[in-house]
Amino acid sequence: MSKEELLKKRYRAEKRFKFYGLTSVILAILFVLFLVNVIFSKGKGAFSRTTISVEVDFNTEKLELKNNPTNEEIQDTDFYDLSIESLLNVYKTKGLKEEKDLIRIFSPDYEIEIKNFIIENKGFLNKTAIIELTASDDIDQLNKGNYPRHLPEERRRISDFQLLIYDKLVEDNKIQKTFNTFLFTNGDSRDPELAGVGGSLLGSFFTIIVTLLLSFPVAILASIYLEEFAPKNRITDFIEININNLAAVPSIVFGLLGLGILLGTFDFPRSTPLVAGITLALMTLPRIIIPCRASLKAVPPSIREGALAVGASKVQSVTHHVVPLAIPGTLSGTIIGLAQALGETAPLILIGMVAFVVDLPSSPVDPSASLPVQVYLWSEQAERGFVEKTSATIMILLTFLITMNAFAVYLRQKFERRWS
Amino acid sequence: MNLAILLLIVLFSTSCFFFGRKKIINITAANKIRMNALPDYYGYYLALWCAIPAVLILAFWTVFEPTIIKAFIINNITSSNLKEFNSDELNLIYQQIKALYLGNFTGTLTEEIRRGAENYKSFLSIAEGSKIVILISIVIVTTLYSYKKLINNNKAREDVEKIFKAVLFTCSLVAILTTIGIIFSLLFESIKFFTTINIFDFLFGTSWSPQRAFVRDASTITPEEYNELKDAFGSVPLFAGTAFIAFIAMIVAVPIGLFSGIYLAEYASKKVRKYSKPIIEILAGIPTVVYGFFAALTVGPFFREFGERFGLEVSSESALAAGLVMGVMIIPYVSSLSDDVINAVPQSLRDGSYAVGATKSETIKKVVIPAALPGIVGSVLLAVSRAIGETMIVVMAAGLAARLTINPLESTTTITTQIVMILIGDQEFDSPKTQSAFALGLTLFFATLILNYIALRFVKKYREKYE
Amino acid sequence: MTNNKVKIKTEKLDVFYGQKQALKNVNLEIFNREVTALIGPSGCGKSTYIRCINRMNDVIETCKISGSIKIDGQEINNKQIDVVRLRERIGMVFQKPNPFPKSIYDNVAYGPQIHGLADHKDKLDQIVQTSLKKSALWEEVKDRLDEPGTSLSGGQQQRLCIARAISVNPEVILMDEPCSALDPIATAKIEELMEELKKTFTIVIVTHSMAQAVRVSQRTGFFHLGNLIEVDTTDKMFKNPNNKMTQDYITGRFG
Repeated sequence: MSKEELLKKRYRAEKRFKFYGLTSVILAILFVLFLVNVIFSKGKGAFSRTTISVEVDFNTEKLELKNNPTNEEIQDTDFYDLSIESLLNVYKTKGLKEEKDLIRIFSPDYEIEIKNFIIENKGFLNKTAIIELTASDDIDQLNKGNYPRHLPEERRRISDFQLLIYDKLVEDNKIQKTFNTFLFTNGDSRDPELAGVGGSLLGSFFTIIVTLLLSFPVAILASIYLEEFAPKNRITDFIEININNLAAVPSIVFGLLGLGILLGTFDFPRSTPLVAGITLALMTLPRIIIPCRASLKAVPPSIREGALAVGASKVQSVTHHVVPLAIPGTLSGTIIGLAQALGETAPLILIGMVAFVVDLPSSPVDPSASLPVQVYLWSEQAERGFVEKTSATIMILLTFLITMNAFAVYLRQKFERRWS
Repeated sequence: MNLAILLLIVLFSTSCFFFGRKKIINITAANKIRMNALPDYYGYYLALWCAIPAVLILAFWTVFEPTIIKAFIINNITSSNLKEFNSDELNLIYQQIKALYLGNFTGTLTEEIRRGAENYKSFLSIAEGSKIVILISIVIVTTLYSYKKLINNNKAREDVEKIFKAVLFTCSLVAILTTIGIIFSLLFESIKFFTTINIFDFLFGTSWSPQRAFVRDASTITPEEYNELKDAFGSVPLFAGTAFIAFIAMIVAVPIGLFSGIYLAEYASKKVRKYSKPIIEILAGIPTVVYGFFAALTVGPFFREFGERFGLEVSSESALAAGLVMGVMIIPYVSSLSDDVINAVPQSLRDGSYAVGATKSETIKKVVIPAALPGIVGSVLLAVSRAIGETMIVVMAAGLAARLTINPLESTTTITTQIVMILIGDQEFDSPKTQSAFALGLTLFFATLILNYIALRFVKKYREKYE
Repeated sequence: MTNNKVKIKTEKLDVFYGQKQALKNVNLEIFNREVTALIGPSGCGKSTYIRCINRMNDVIETCKISGSIKIDGQEINNKQIDVVRLRERIGMVFQKPNPFPKSIYDNVAYGPQIHGLADHKDKLDQIVQTSLKKSALWEEVKDRLDEPGTSLSGGQQQRLCIARAISVNPEVILMDEPCSALDPIATAKIEELMEELKKTFTIVIVTHSMAQAVRVSQRTGFFHLGNLIEVDTTDKMFKNPNNKMTQDYITGRFG
């Protein structure tokens, strides 16, 4: 091979190598975009909700209600007959099957919805009101254009008669699409159109608060000890090895720890944010200690020496000078650690946070789900409505995570000093 | 209740701070002596002595109270009954007693449970009463002790600092305690499991189907039954499945991660680096359950349809889908770690290579990568450890069937999947099935421990070389 | 004793690092098979200058170079020139010894391998042996060629780097303070070696030691704050410089 040929070959190799690198970067970025795109296109539907306008005649005599009833009296009254009557007025039906079909275009909570309406708007007693009732999941999907209505009748759950009703309702402008507040306020439900992340949002919130309260102080104190006071001996070495290894132990092992010790030995309440918070705190602790130590280490020794030279004690030089300078770094490390904890699923499954909980938790010792667990639970459901809900939950979860991470980056960039 | 007590302690301790500070000023002024520290330190001294022992005792009490009461109740049931209960039944009765006490009891009320609930109530009130008495006396004793030191003008700053350091040290011990807790909780159940199933049958058996596990009392197993039982708990298919999926993941993650790490470190302009690095790192920040959903909903079905077009039978839960998505998740770990180690290679080595007329890629391939190799190996090992410990992706996308296969289109199962599947929902305690999950956890813990240890050794060696 | 053939001719060379001008209008001629020493206080631009000759400044993103550098009449300061070919012709030895973390043999064989100078193993062995002999290291390392280059002493490492530089048979060797990290004995060895090397190579050496410049060079240039103040034969420069500033510097008034 001549010199010229060799050189050409070398430059081709150079180009090829660079191309591989660039392709890898582009591939990685494409993965991100693809993932985000899939989640968004699947999840955006969950933010709207389909309702059907229904005329309801709140005749107090028929309901056997007194005049000016209290909320409790309304609550105790049976609205079933009134509800069914109002629903059946929507479309003319013949026979029981058609009646059933008609009622099934509504979400099964219609009675509660009508009741809640009259409690909030007592002025409509003895009057006729037009109420927007939640449509069933199938109608909701049909209205969003996701339902395969061209299939033969026996292969879909919406009957031809229901399609007929739907088309008439659309024609009469009785079908509306509104912003889905249920998604944020409701707890879990077997009916996708009623299911919301309210419960798991609160569950995640309580969990993270418990994790923060337990892990942050301990992490920061432990890193101060290891970075500033620890003598170089076997115990210190052992602690360090422990921290480094714990940071890389799979999260599911911490779930087993929570199950075996917290639930098994100490009999803590199952399925609660308290246990989840403690488990995640143990998992997060080493992951926070490592960045905390790094930011303490970044404070130059001259600061410590300066304080010691004016007669401050070692503790004073650390608490008055070193720690305040390291705070932004420790905070950003903590936030990133908490963001990881917020997205954690496997340990929570093991401590029983997969229970089906309809009620919103009001404290860390009430059973609840958390956002990532909700994703797991709903992903097991086959209904299209739940696929949509799952993606929407992921969007909400990612919004939190991105906000937290962005805040951590902001903290680091804004307050980080470059020591030269 | 505990919250109220805690609040009271804090309140009392705060007043101790002000009291101590005032007291030392008065005493030293009256006796015309010099304080040994700033007055604040005397306040802190008194306040810390007042609060720390009490809070510690309160915490321990809260943690251990349920266990002790449970032991009492169960002891009561067994001693007052002629009937023999096994531990599962005892547990159930205890739960019912608790439910009755809390007012959410469902089921048939028996005399035992009713009596138990009464006992439970009285135990609780005894515990509450003694807790308060003990706490009050502790606070009095410790406050008096520190007060006595204070009026003798002790070296308050040194003493407070000693307490501070002790608190710091205790906090750093939490890491060791966590490790001990993990090992204890895993070993405890695993040892019970290994008394039923021989450890070698567990480690080297090739058939896994824990749903076939039927025996509840380990002492009455006949040899034939044992033979059937050991075939339910042979974990080789799980190890193989775990390794296989991790292997697929590494095939995706190592080349893409390594090449993008190299590109970002050596070729990319500052601007490209600034924007593309955070985007790639988003992949590391996405919760694994999201990847699992993605794998199960999009990638799995895509492969199945794609395979059908070519007449291939692809399971919708396949090792390929799980491994591929896991690989994508791991890309940023490989890329940012190798980016870091490559950046740590001193520029002088690159200069030396350029100076003899090497091209950039020759310099990277023949000088930079060999120099960074220990660091790269370390980061790849860490990524492997992450892959074998990863749970949600495989739970949602890899399947449950334990079989020995090297066909990536079939479904496989992993250690983590089985742990989740065994422990999800209600568990029967003391069944070999439940215990086997802990034995699997123990295996996983040691496998990742060894990998992490080797990886960290590599990384440490590498750091020492260039620092 | 000087021959008059110009090897490197520099005209109107300006170098900027970002906003900062590191070299100002440098005009300098370097002669074939001579040792040219560049002296001056630190930060004066002498290292910057020699890094222009083999285009090592390309590695630094913010660096801008204008002006002309000709080697044997061929312009090298333009985009068309292939830096790989250029650096094969112009070797460099750095301030701190920087052997690759490979064996001694591989360190020297690296250059010939990538440039395809040896088509079989025997030829490569021979190149390695000659280069190590030329850099006066052969006797010390011939029995342990597969030990890592980093296991050698500092002076040996620097001679290994010289062997690496001459292994591709360059025309010019640039030396950027090659002895500043070495003890006096190792320094003496390197200086001895340069005496030998100048028979085959043109050498440009940056040094902060005026004594070294006197000992090894035939020609000396004095840089100050990015300007080339004066250049002449070493004899003249140190006995009777034209410029007052040069006089002050070599007598130790500043620097």
